Amino acid sequence: MFFQETTPDTSGYMIAGYAIAFIVMALYVASIYLRSRNLDQDMSMLKEIDKPAPPVQTSAAGPRTSTASQPKKSPGKSTGNKSAKTVTKKTRKNY
Amino acid sequence: MQSKPAALKVLDVVSIILLGISTYLALVFAPTELVMGDVQRVFYFHIGTAWTALLGFILAAVFSVVYLIKKDLLWDRLQVAAIEVSLVFFLITIVLGSIWARPAWNTWWTWDPRLTTAAVTELIYVAYFMLRQGIDDPDKRARFGAVYALIGGLSAPLTFFAIRLFRTIHPVVIGGTNPEADGGFSMTADMRVAFFFALFTFTVVFIDLFWNRIRLGDLQDKVEQLKLKVSM
Repeated sequence: MFFQETTPDTSGYMIAGYAIAFIVMALYVASIYLRSRNLDQDMSMLKEIDKPAPPVQTSAAGPRTSTASQPKKSPGKSTGNKSAKTVTKKTRKNY
Repeated sequence: MQSKPAALKVLDVVSIILLGISTYLALVFAPTELVMGDVQRVFYFHIGTAWTALLGFILAAVFSVVYLIKKDLLWDRLQVAAIEVSLVFFLITIVLGSIWARPAWNTWWTWDPRLTTAAVTELIYVAYFMLRQGIDDPDKRARFGAVYALIGGLSAPLTFFAIRLFRTIHPVVIGGTNPEADGGFSMTADMRVAFFFALFTFTVVFIDLFWNRIRLGDLQDKVEQLKLKVSM
């Protein structure tokens, strides 16, 4: 190579080098972005799990006897259980 | 995650712009080297990434010492961030060097002292992450990591000085001549502009990625702490 008269055409190697350099940097930037996005999701889920349960309201008149005034299903409790299950599932999947 | 500070957003944009200008200087502005041809242009990114990577490994060793003295996990996060970014940059250095070596030395790889020390350095820091993965206790992980990074840090100056200490075919372009070297060249004024601009660019890109990686480490720690709290 060093005893030649004309400059050799090594542009293919140059293009390969720059392409690889940019691909590796882009992959690393993408990995930082994806990891932080996943951690953000984990954080919000864990915060939801960590939230203290809403205080149970008790009436001063004692326990209710009328079935008509009592809701058939406590929506708050039910939703809470459901979301807790979903969160557990998602958390297991993410870790 | 907390939104990025304005300074980091600016640094992200500046890094991209500098990288674009540096690529232009390396590919268009700098003249073609007559003996090697266009492949010599990988030299600008090769040295730029090598410089920041070796600096990062040495920085990590300094952070290790501070961690071992202060026992503050902040220094552990800084150390991990510095090593991770340096590892990526050093991988680029090795790959670019190998691509340059094919037309210049007629081989992709040879067990020359510089190439060997570079490969060993890269593998040392790959093993660093494997070591950390195997330890669950954060304090123990940080302590082991700090001692490992401190000892591993010795490989960075060894790699840098390998071409000055040992007989090697790797050229010494800056600050020295090596009669054994194959593929060396002297830089013209335009080449120097592209070269020093690439050094500056990769320093800024390193700082930007380092900062982003530190924020990621903070978030990882917060999630880990919250997981512990929830599991109790």
